[in-house]
Amino acid sequence: MKNRVTLKGAFGVAAAAVTMAAASTALAETAPPIKDLIINGEEKMIVVAKPQPGVSNLDMEYDGWLFRSPETQALQMDDFENPGMIFVEQAEEMWNTAEGSEGKSCASCHGDPSSMKGVRATYPKMSKSLGKLATIEMEVNNCRTERMGAEPWKYTGGKMVAMNALITLQSRGMPVDVRVDDSVRANWEHGKEMYYTRTGQLELSCANCHEENYGERIRADMLSQGQINGFPAYRLKNGKLNGIHARFKGCVRDTRAETYKPGSQDFIDLELYVATRGNGLSVTGPSVRN
Amino acid sequence: MKRAMLSMAILVAGTVSATSGEIAPEDVVFKDGAVETPLTDKPGDPANGRKVVGTKKLGNCVACHQVSEMSDVPFHGEIGPSLDGVGDRYTEAELRAILVDAKKVFDGTIMPSFYKTGPYIRPGKGFTGKAPDGPLPPLLTAQQIEDVVAYLKTLKE
Ligand code: HEC
Ligand code: HEC
Repeated sequence: MKNRVTLKGAFGVAAAAVTMAAASTALAETAPPIKDLIINGEEKMIVVAKPQPGVSNLDMEYDGWLFRSPETQALQMDDFENPGMIFVEQAEEMWNTAEGSEGKSCASCHGDPSSMKGVRATYPKMSKSLGKLATIEMEVNNCRTERMGAEPWKYTGGKMVAMNALITLQSRGMPVDVRVDDSVRANWEHGKEMYYTRTGQLELSCANCHEENYGERIRADMLSQGQINGFPAYRLKNGKLNGIHARFKGCVRDTRAETYKPGSQDFIDLELYVATRGNGLSVTGPSVRN
Repeated sequence: MKRAMLSMAILVAGTVSATSGEIAPEDVVFKDGAVETPLTDKPGDPANGRKVVGTKKLGNCVACHQVSEMSDVPFHGEIGPSLDGVGDRYTEAELRAILVDAKKVFDGTIMPSFYKTGPYIRPGKGFTGKAPDGPLPPLLTAQQIEDVVAYLKTLKE
């Protein structure tokens, strides 16, 4: 960083002397210190992966865990320390509890939660039952309303996020493998456009922070690549598990923009796009963040 | 995208009237990366400028810039260059230009434009995430810009 500052400073002098137009827009991204993420002393996660061509301008993909402090990192290395696991346990109970007019639980149709292995790694994707691009949240609510005769859960509500964490855990360690075929290409393109659009009164895009400046501090926070392979994320800041769309909403709000709604088509498309930026990284949720 | 267009239209249509003696955002004249004419009649106050630079709800410049002189304010960002010595590197008119609309000085920069009123894509009402009630005032007032310029001029090597 020091070098770059001097470099930019020096550039400033030169530029100021001549004309300052079109000065540096040099990228300031900095790779995080690379460490192994091994959970419970045995499950090794892929925290560095090569991006697919044509998806992003990243040279390398990095798990958000790498950008956190050693103390926060440690919490995710042991399931007994990871506060997100409490919610997984609650979800296990919900998994087995019959609800709604059909008197069914998740277990009635799906058996053990381990039947969900691979789901997190491939979502969002074109859903057979919904006939459109779907997130895990949408599938869960579709089961609740159509198969259980139960009320849908709030998209970012505690129950939904906990259930998502239980489903996610079944894929932990598997590489994210979200595919874009013709049926969802337009969604992906829309998500990509959103990612690079500078919104709000601060006119910042996702890429401004998470592609051009990861590894740099914005005030006290070290910017990561904004990957979603670690979601749901337990945040020490708000003491709960957070879903992907809730995080997106917070980031958009911070650009002084009018946000999109969690569960909206906009955020579903953005989720699809951001997921593909992390293809190859392990599913690491539920993660721990500050 | 439709919605973004709409809000842009509103912003363009809406006029933001400046207090007399102030240059309105749309009337600021840029020449060779500099804005020669002060935005107000009142000279900038460096002490208030310092406050604007360090305060989250005001300029929040330290979110992206480190300033050694401001070590009393915790957590400086590192997205932009350090502002140390910036008073030597730029003239007052150049600093004013960077503050008013950095995008007119540094092509495509991430630095926000502090004295303009749009057009924006999906503008919001501060940090509420909600749509604004009407045209948005610039991020900083004309006087705050002058105050920050006066403060930056004190940052010498
Ligand atoms: C003003 C800067 C800024 C912008 C713009 C921004 N973010 Fe973020 N984002 C942050 C900060 C700060 C954090 C918390 C630290 C981190 O993980 O980067 C964060 C965290 C995240 C995370 C959590 C990553 C993790 O591993 O826990 C995701 C996902 C994310 N952002 C996605 C986005 C998306 C998508 C957009 C655009 C819609 C966006 N961000 C725009 C600043 C920003
Ligand atoms: C979101 C990040 C961000 C914020 C907030 C921000 N800046 Fe900047 N600023 C930058 C970047 C990045 C540059 C370098 C120009 C470039 O290469 O894009 C810069 C350049 C500058 C320069 C020229 C420095 C040099 O040595 O060339 C000055 C002066 C400056 N900013 C002052 C301010 C002030 C004062 C504020 C607050 C009122 C502010 N900035 C807010 C990101 C920011």
